[in-house]
Amino acid sequence: MGETPATFRKIRLMDALAMKRVTARMAQEIVESQGGTEGFALIGIRTRGVPLARRLAAELDRREGARVPVGVLDITLYRDDLTTIASSPVLKRTEISFPVEGKTVILCDDVLYTGRTVRAAIDAVLDFGRPRKILLCVLVDRGRRELPIEAQFIGKRVATSSSEIVQVTFGETDGDDDVWLLDREASLRPANGPRVPRKVAKPAKTAARAKKGTRRP
Amino acid sequence: MSRRADSVAGVPPDRPHVFSKKDLVDIESVTEDDIRLVLDTAESMREINQRAIKKVPTLRGKLVANLFFESSTRTRFSFEVAERRLSADSIAFTAAGSSVSKGETLLDTAKNLMAMAPDAIVIRHARSGAPHLLARELPCAVINAGDGAHEHPTQALLDALTIRRAKGRIAGLKVSLCGDIAHSRVARSNVGLLTKMGAAVTLCGPRTLLPAEIERTGAIVVSRIEEALDGADVVMMLRVQRERGGGLGFPSDREYYDIFGLTPERRKLAKKDAIIMHPGPLNRGVEIDSAVADGPDSVILDQVENGVAVRMAVLYLLIGASGDE
Repeated sequence: MGETPATFRKIRLMDALAMKRVTARMAQEIVESQGGTEGFALIGIRTRGVPLARRLAAELDRREGARVPVGVLDITLYRDDLTTIASSPVLKRTEISFPVEGKTVILCDDVLYTGRTVRAAIDAVLDFGRPRKILLCVLVDRGRRELPIEAQFIGKRVATSSSEIVQVTFGETDGDDDVWLLDREASLRPANGPRVPRKVAKPAKTAARAKKGTRRP
Repeated sequence: MSRRADSVAGVPPDRPHVFSKKDLVDIESVTEDDIRLVLDTAESMREINQRAIKKVPTLRGKLVANLFFESSTRTRFSFEVAERRLSADSIAFTAAGSSVSKGETLLDTAKNLMAMAPDAIVIRHARSGAPHLLARELPCAVINAGDGAHEHPTQALLDALTIRRAKGRIAGLKVSLCGDIAHSRVARSNVGLLTKMGAAVTLCGPRTLLPAEIERTGAIVVSRIEEALDGADVVMMLRVQRERGGGLGFPSDREYYDIFGLTPERRKLAKKDAIIMHPGPLNRGVEIDSAVADGPDSVILDQVENGVAVRMAVLYLLIGASGDE
């Protein structure tokens, strides 16, 4: 379980420039939907929701001159799979230094997949008070939900199969900005994993084994 | 749910994030990595204690049995708060009025409790080694909440957290423990932990209250409190443990205070930014003067606050996940 299974890079979903454009567009959508830059806060879900939230805030500062509060949320203590894993995951700090009471909270994460992380994040936010509304902003929505959860601000939608992995890296956490679709080697694929046709169909560069770490179901 | 802690190139992998033991029975048997893991986890747990709703669902459905064979207010309360903040169910057991007063052995009591399938047992006992016996015989996690004059590991961990928060580090600090060292499990656990983490520990007390072969702990031993205080970054005062015979080691409280008490004048010998600690309960006017205990350098109440966070961390690390595989 602890080892990353053999994967290869299949398709580049976004490069640094695309990530920048998408972030700018989402910031714009947030301002439009909120009717300005007041009354809401961004909360990044650890680990890679945090750089997304910070970049959105920086974008809002740059184009609107607005200081939107940014919080950091660690959902470890709210996970629903603690009883199914062998050892307690590392707990990192949650930093929400503003009152959420009556505010619109925009949760930020890199990838929306099963929805379980978001469910945990919603529970965690509610322990800080009663926000007016909770919205969700993700860089990539890869489908395959296991809970009735949807995002309001989406960078890119990609249909994926369960053997695939969407790997988002940020300069802040990983050294460079990149979004890749990885796949497991054929021998490691789930036997009945359906092959879903994809909207994005740029050819994969090479089938070089991915060196980066992965984000798995 | 996503495995959020997966390593990514360019970022150093998380330090070994598994507590290496099934139990926490003493500091002697835990590694430096374990200690750091507990302190880092506790640092994150502290935030929960500041929230509007001071409770997380992490240990839902887990049962913790608190077995206090010896009286305790602070530690017991602290464990209970920690258990509730993590949503564990807890049952309390006190020796008085229980089957122990009817002659049942410790192991029989514990085995009967085991039939109710607790995930962890927190035990305080007057006999050294009682938690070790349970840890060996029972499948659940056992946490030592003080065993005789032996160890009190969660106290040492909360003291370490308090020091690290105040000083930013533990390594290289001069930490002086003064008082009834012989009967103090707090001293024993603290010397073990602080030495492991690279602090220079000085012990001081009446010769009658220093244990035999004390030098083997690796600590410096001095007989005058002035020497212990000189240049200290951290001063930890210990209570004279009358219930273990500590009162027999000196003629009177007055004399003890005159020679070993932490007075405002003596406090000046320690560094200007030194912190003053005490595991409680305080004997004001014996080992510590009220002006120091309530003074600006005192972190005594921070210790209590950090105690809850440290116990939450220990419970989470020991029984948060299934422990299978």
